[in-house]
Amino acid sequence: MRPAVTHRPDARGRFGAFGGRFVPETVMAALDELEAAVEEAFADPTFAAEMEALHRDYVGRQTPLYLAERLTEDVGGAQIWLKREDLAHTGAHKINNAVGQALLARRLGKRRIVAETGAGQHGVATATVCARFGLEAVVYMGEEDMRRQRPNVVRMGLLGATLMPVTAGAGTLKDAMNEAIRDWIASVETTHYLIGSAAGPHPYPYLVRELQAVIGHEARAQMLERTGRLPDAVVACVGGGSNAIGLFHPFRDDDVRLVGVEAGGDGAALHAASIGGGRVSVLHGSRSYVLADEHGQVEETHSISAGLDYPGVGPEHAHLHETGRAEYVPESDDDALRAFHRLCLLEGIIPALESSHAIARAERVARELGPDGVVLVGLSGRGDKDVGSVIEREGHPLRAVEPNPEPEREVVQ
Amino acid sequence: MKLRTPALILYVMASDDAPELAEAAVRGGATALELGIPYSDPLADGPTIQRAAQRSLDAGMTPRRALEVLAEIDARVDVPLIPMTYGAVVEAYGAEAFCRDAAAAGAEALIVADVPPEESGELRSAATAVGIDLVHLVAPTSRPERISVAAAASRGFVYLVAAVGTTGARDTLDERMAGLVEQTRAAAPDTPLIAGFGISRPEHVAALLEAGADGAIVASAALDVVERGGPEALEAYVRELATALRTRVA
Ligand SMILES: Cc1ncc(COP(=O)(O)O)c(C=O)c1O
Repeated sequence: MRPAVTHRPDARGRFGAFGGRFVPETVMAALDELEAAVEEAFADPTFAAEMEALHRDYVGRQTPLYLAERLTEDVGGAQIWLKREDLAHTGAHKINNAVGQALLARRLGKRRIVAETGAGQHGVATATVCARFGLEAVVYMGEEDMRRQRPNVVRMGLLGATLMPVTAGAGTLKDAMNEAIRDWIASVETTHYLIGSAAGPHPYPYLVRELQAVIGHEARAQMLERTGRLPDAVVACVGGGSNAIGLFHPFRDDDVRLVGVEAGGDGAALHAASIGGGRVSVLHGSRSYVLADEHGQVEETHSISAGLDYPGVGPEHAHLHETGRAEYVPESDDDALRAFHRLCLLEGIIPALESSHAIARAERVARELGPDGVVLVGLSGRGDKDVGSVIEREGHPLRAVEPNPEPEREVVQ
Repeated sequence: MKLRTPALILYVMASDDAPELAEAAVRGGATALELGIPYSDPLADGPTIQRAAQRSLDAGMTPRRALEVLAEIDARVDVPLIPMTYGAVVEAYGAEAFCRDAAAAGAEALIVADVPPEESGELRSAATAVGIDLVHLVAPTSRPERISVAAAASRGFVYLVAAVGTTGARDTLDERMAGLVEQTRAAAPDTPLIAGFGISRPEHVAALLEAGADGAIVASAALDVVERGGPEALEAYVRELATALRTRVA
């Protein structure tokens, strides 16, 4: 059984003042059709049963809730619990959404799938479900991201996806999304657009939230079972916002702090913090916060993590920010890297650079809350894809001559 | 807007040489002009318009400057002028201020490619208040209900999308055009129906008129011509397209 839907967008697909459908007319019919298919599927016990079986047998759900004891001890504050989406099939939360949308594409009779990817995790998840369901996968990826997320490029190839390199702009996620949407505008009658985050035109932000809410539903139940209480704060990184909204959503009506962590980049001018540093505008089909100049032109972004290097954010996050229900804060490249290393050395977990932003913030929140507190963190993905980026920035982490190093000293400039 | 039909609408991208290009297009036989106000991420546009928009932005074009260019064009030619842009640009300017300044610069209509009727409430009131016609689009993929909504909401003309996809010159038009014309006509019997997207040749224009449309919009193909040969080439190209209109009138 699917949990009942709460906090629906309004009839125009708006969360408060945000969301909607800002797209060329050509794809409006497909959005109507998708919206109807979503409602039908969500009301259909067969769909729920299919999802449940795939979650259990294919994705590897439920994912563990893990008490990071050594990290907790080292920080000296609240307990830090990790929701282990890094242990889901393909290594990130992106698979939750991809599986659900693949089932929907099948219901719509669409056999070709287009997607964009930044970190490559959504591209891999898309390639994976397309292989599993016998669908054609076409994935757009910026050239800069192909360079910095090389392992995922290879994985997509092995899984049979066609990769479309994008050279426009900075060659990152925004540019890939432009091209995926343009492909879809031309192929809409035979193609489903499998968007990778809780962004885009209605019903995508709502659909992706509902498909990712499995993270939060599981975590909430696990938390109650393991600790007999709800956490004081829930922390997740925010690129487009899908892992964050999936984790936050089931805690919406609880007395729990929701903390979204945006990419602070170099800590100054270069960043990708759309809520922290952007303005209300329209990007990729919905109204939300966008890093744009005074004329509405989209600005270049920077983050060490490809998955957060995006100038927009899903409209529901804009609404949660506006209403004060959630807080959005930046963590810099350097602080994310520091957290990355600490998790490697203290817990034996190599996190994705995206997720490392959430870890960095969780440490701060844990210190604020003190030993009686409990912090739940979304560990949205594993970091195998990022080892190249880390080496590029810091050199090779050979430690043979320096056994058991102090984590603090380990941070390379 | 008094749109003369059959209409031949040419697109020029806002730039310092846009007034000269506009004059050339009108000399060639354009009956109205669209002026592109560039946006960094134009989702409805193919490579040609993307490239032109990026060049324009790189040269420092802003929406305010584009409206000055519009006024310069208005001083030189005597055909309806129609700015075309994206929601983000209008939103940043402010819908009311944008429509007011566009009207003052000589705009008679406005096309915003990613703002469908459902999202255009504020923009429509702003446009109506200053006498600007807000144009909506219908596409071969549009369902009958949506065609009725968009056609009824559209002012000045209804923009028929002649190809499923982004803008860009094509060899053939969507074979559903005649059906789309018929359905749209039934929903808005008194509004001209003008088709655009993919149109590049006189035969396309003739085929559209044959299908019952009241005119054609040529954008990417004209930009390609300008890229290769400047205003003289544009004038000659438009003259050739316009032959399709004359055969129809005669
Ligand atoms: C591991 C991981 N976490 C987070 C993100 C950011 O996306 P979202 O904000 O939609 O969760 C990505 C995106 O690629 C990712 O790969």
